[in-house]
Amino acid sequence: MSGTTIASPGGLGRQQIADRLAQAFEDGWIVNLGVGMPTLCSNTPIGDRGIIYHAENGVIGYGGVLADGEEDLHLVNAGGQHVSLNPGAAIVNHADSFAIIRSGRIDVTVLGIYEVAANGDFANWKVAGAKGGGIGGAMDLAACAKRVFVILEHTTRDGKPRLLRQCALPVTARGVVTLVATNLGLFEPAGEAFRLREIAPGVTVEQIRAATGAEVIVAENLQVIQVLTG
Amino acid sequence: MAQQTKEIANFADAVRDIPDGSVIAFGGFAYPGTPFNLIQALADQGAKNLTLVANSTGGAAQPRLPDIGLLVERGQVRKVICAFTAATRASDVLPFTKYYESGEVEAELVPQGTLAERLRAAGAGIPAFYTPTAVGTELAEGRETRMFNGREYLIEYALPVDFAFVSAIRADTMGNLQYRRSQRNFNPVMAMAANMTIAEVEEDILPAGAIDPDEVHTSGIFVQRVVKIPPAPIGIWPGKRAPRAGAKS
Repeated sequence: MSGTTIASPGGLGRQQIADRLAQAFEDGWIVNLGVGMPTLCSNTPIGDRGIIYHAENGVIGYGGVLADGEEDLHLVNAGGQHVSLNPGAAIVNHADSFAIIRSGRIDVTVLGIYEVAANGDFANWKVAGAKGGGIGGAMDLAACAKRVFVILEHTTRDGKPRLLRQCALPVTARGVVTLVATNLGLFEPAGEAFRLREIAPGVTVEQIRAATGAEVIVAENLQVIQVLTG
Repeated sequence: MAQQTKEIANFADAVRDIPDGSVIAFGGFAYPGTPFNLIQALADQGAKNLTLVANSTGGAAQPRLPDIGLLVERGQVRKVICAFTAATRASDVLPFTKYYESGEVEAELVPQGTLAERLRAAGAGIPAFYTPTAVGTELAEGRETRMFNGREYLIEYALPVDFAFVSAIRADTMGNLQYRRSQRNFNPVMAMAANMTIAEVEEDILPAGAIDPDEVHTSGIFVQRVVKIPPAPIGIWPGKRAPRAGAKS
């Protein structure tokens, strides 16, 4: 669940990043969460907002990850985790699930990614030098959801920036990302630069600029991310 | 004339006549809906030069289960058509990768929704369709696109298959199927896309009429053979998926 610790100079923890993004969901949205960090959004206690979580495998209206011994072996989310169903849940087949996606009924998809560019391009299916890739549902979601939010660690394990002027890896979709949450802050791709809207506690703008591969514009009313203590 | 039952007594009989070179679709998304018993039977039967259609290439489960990664490792596979030909995390290594990188097995990487719709189209008598998915990406390079209402779409072709292996909770002797929860996933569209669908089923095969017609998820028109999964250890009944090593979520 949500962290209770004060964020370190390295910024937010994984659940805290997800918590910040989940608070951007609006009442009644239909939300698709990708594999990995995005699924942590369904753990965030955002209250009864009428959010419906949609998974690519046709599970509509799922809740949190179930504890050991409470799992239903016939039921997983897009990450293969055993989850609960909320009242009013429904199950459809894979083609109908992607009909929901392609017809523009997903209000937001949250995707875990490798790179995002200031022009809204992003990459999450193929790493440098790999022959194969893992597209899953990301290209359908990125092309067709009303909004694309992405969530990622601000830099690679060896410290290289992942918020870039242009994607170096093969893109998943072009010009679609509107909100970027990292351990260091909350950003909007603004064409030539990233606009820093909110900054993680204990992190400096200079630190963010040094870790970003594109220009960073600081929003006039820059806020500090409120870390949930729930 | 009385209807003949579609029930087959065991998995070996259900897959005995599958020829080399077949194109076979396999349902399943993570464990639910994956026809592990049929895959094990096909591995034992030994058909070769197969083309496999599935969401992923398998091989990630620990301990290992008979997913399509087993068929790859047994040298039965020429090509896979999947939404994942690499692990979702770049640091994970799949058994499939070795065969793919050496060129022993070919792969066609298809976005997941496009894969489902290509199967559905094949089952619905639609030869091709246009989708906005993958426009502007490496996958669209050199391929036909067309503008509709000011937006660019990519052509995709129906994906008919010779056989579909599906997994359901319940069937009757007519081949009508019911799935439970996320067991459904690709199974209905794969059954539609196939010349012959073989279903493995958890519960005893019911007589015709025992399933409420309103509650049938896949019509028996799309299903030719049904096999009841025997109790373990003869039948394969996967438990909970083990957490991946190092997984934080």
